[in-house]
Amino acid sequence: MDAMQWLYSDIVLDHFKNPRNVFDPDEQFAYDAEGTVGNVKCGDQMMFMLRIGDDDVIRDVRWRTYGCASAIASTSMLSEVTKGLHIREAYNLKPEDIATRLGGLPDNKIHCSVLGDKALRAAIDAWLEKTGRAGLYRNEGATVICTCLNITDRDIETAVREGARNWEQLQERTKIGTVCGGCKVKGEALLHEYVHIFGEE
Amino acid sequence: MERRIVYMDYNATTPLHPLVRDAMAADLGVFANASSMHEAGRAAKARVDAARAEVAKLAGVPNPDELVFTSGGSESNNTVFATMFHLGRKGGRRKIVTTAIEHPCVINAASWLRDEGFPVVFLPVDASGRVDMEAAEREIDGDTLLVSVMSANNEIGTVEDIPALCRMAKAKGALFHTDATQSAGKVPVEAAAWGVDYLTLSAHKIYGPKGVGALYVRKGAPIEPLIRGGHQEHGHRAGTYNNIGILGFGLAARLALEDLEGRAARIRVMRNRLRDGIVERVPDVRVNGHATEVLPNTLNVSFPGAEGEAILLYLDLEGVQVSTGSACASGSLEPSHVLLATGVGPELAHGSIRFSLGSLTTNEDIDYVLEVLPPIIKRLRRMSTVSVA
Repeated sequence: MDAMQWLYSDIVLDHFKNPRNVFDPDEQFAYDAEGTVGNVKCGDQMMFMLRIGDDDVIRDVRWRTYGCASAIASTSMLSEVTKGLHIREAYNLKPEDIATRLGGLPDNKIHCSVLGDKALRAAIDAWLEKTGRAGLYRNEGATVICTCLNITDRDIETAVREGARNWEQLQERTKIGTVCGGCKVKGEALLHEYVHIFGEE
Repeated sequence: MERRIVYMDYNATTPLHPLVRDAMAADLGVFANASSMHEAGRAAKARVDAARAEVAKLAGVPNPDELVFTSGGSESNNTVFATMFHLGRKGGRRKIVTTAIEHPCVINAASWLRDEGFPVVFLPVDASGRVDMEAAEREIDGDTLLVSVMSANNEIGTVEDIPALCRMAKAKGALFHTDATQSAGKVPVEAAAWGVDYLTLSAHKIYGPKGVGALYVRKGAPIEPLIRGGHQEHGHRAGTYNNIGILGFGLAARLALEDLEGRAARIRVMRNRLRDGIVERVPDVRVNGHATEVLPNTLNVSFPGAEGEAILLYLDLEGVQVSTGSACASGSLEPSHVLLATGVGPELAHGSIRFSLGSLTTNEDIDYVLEVLPPIIKRLRRMSTVSVA
């Protein structure tokens, strides 16, 4: 097919047609940690499985997704990038890095590519918890949203993963926006995004 | 089987009928303004009116003067809702009753009236997509200005009981509109016999050109122009006549009525074969819509565990062109409002595919889809986080 006529870049098309490291139910892949984010009701769900050495280096990776072409391609690319990385480097991979490596994604598809790195982080968090280091990287690479109380996007993410579903519940857990309130618009946008990603149980 | 292009998206649009294309091409040099008084203008107007007579037959309307040419279905529908805006502002009845499964142009036009303070009700539908008649009885009352129900749904193909709904509206003195964009050329459309006040048609769904449609306005029914200007269309729709488009629409309308039943029957047999083949070859699927009260060409299927946009694009790589109710394909986070209204959960709506067949569909096309589709679903389900039996 003429790539110019394809909705996505050549690289996206290649990863969509031939996804790398995708989980094969017949393979019996043994893994040390697993992370799942997203919700089928919202149209996308992602699972990352990691085999990790004692040196915290990611030896091998598998993933599964219920998701669109962007989700499949970006997770495939992410899985290639992840192999051989120290978990700390992997934890700080950004969706934008993956989108760039894919030769770009259409604007309305960026959203579909963010689940992969969230699932990867969830898997690494699970590994850290399993090895007695829960929350070790939580605030690395975080952006401060509420400047009064120094609350970051990672704090909001954590609160949502722990059950916050609306602004009041987020405030109960983080105290975000309880001083000047200037961060509400930005905070609510992130809350909405994370609730979508981490879903309603 | 060798790769082939299989177009199965006829509810989105249809190719021009070759005879329509030839007639339009032959007329490309005819430039006269159909409103001009000179000979060339009169000749152009005569062709517009001949086309109007053909479209009137398609709509089931004895008097062609009751048809207004527009730029398409969306304009026709918006003209009706704009008319309601003007009527409702004058006082009296203001309630608008429509359904939860209308085309976005009706949903959005009705939502606009709601934002302008009109009471608007979106009637629920049952699991097959048919309007809940009890809710209709309850909601259509003495305050109702307009009832608007599509004749057939574009996504799932369910055919509504327009005569019964129209009678309900008439019994309460309300106006009645039906969007027959998807019905025309697939099942009989009988605007006059049904008793509707307004009926919407579009040319490009019946192998005619894009950019032209019609609105039937029953004689005596109120109508306010959406586009103001010259005296064209009795002042109901200004703008220089789109001669060539209208000519194409007229011929497409005539061809659509030729052997309507025979063509529908032939397409229905293929659609049923596709449906039965999918059910037989792909485990755990759900066929959406009504079993019998459905357009002969439409098949909507949900594939649990597989996401619709991914299915669509894998099919596209194989040359099969369909559409999906998945949110991902729409750029929003919400899947098909039609499937959600039928009570299909979001999980199934995200994994839905619409196959819409047409006059160029062949049995080989059906065989090809039945060959390439099952491995795609199997592959997506194997990589899915959702386990399917």
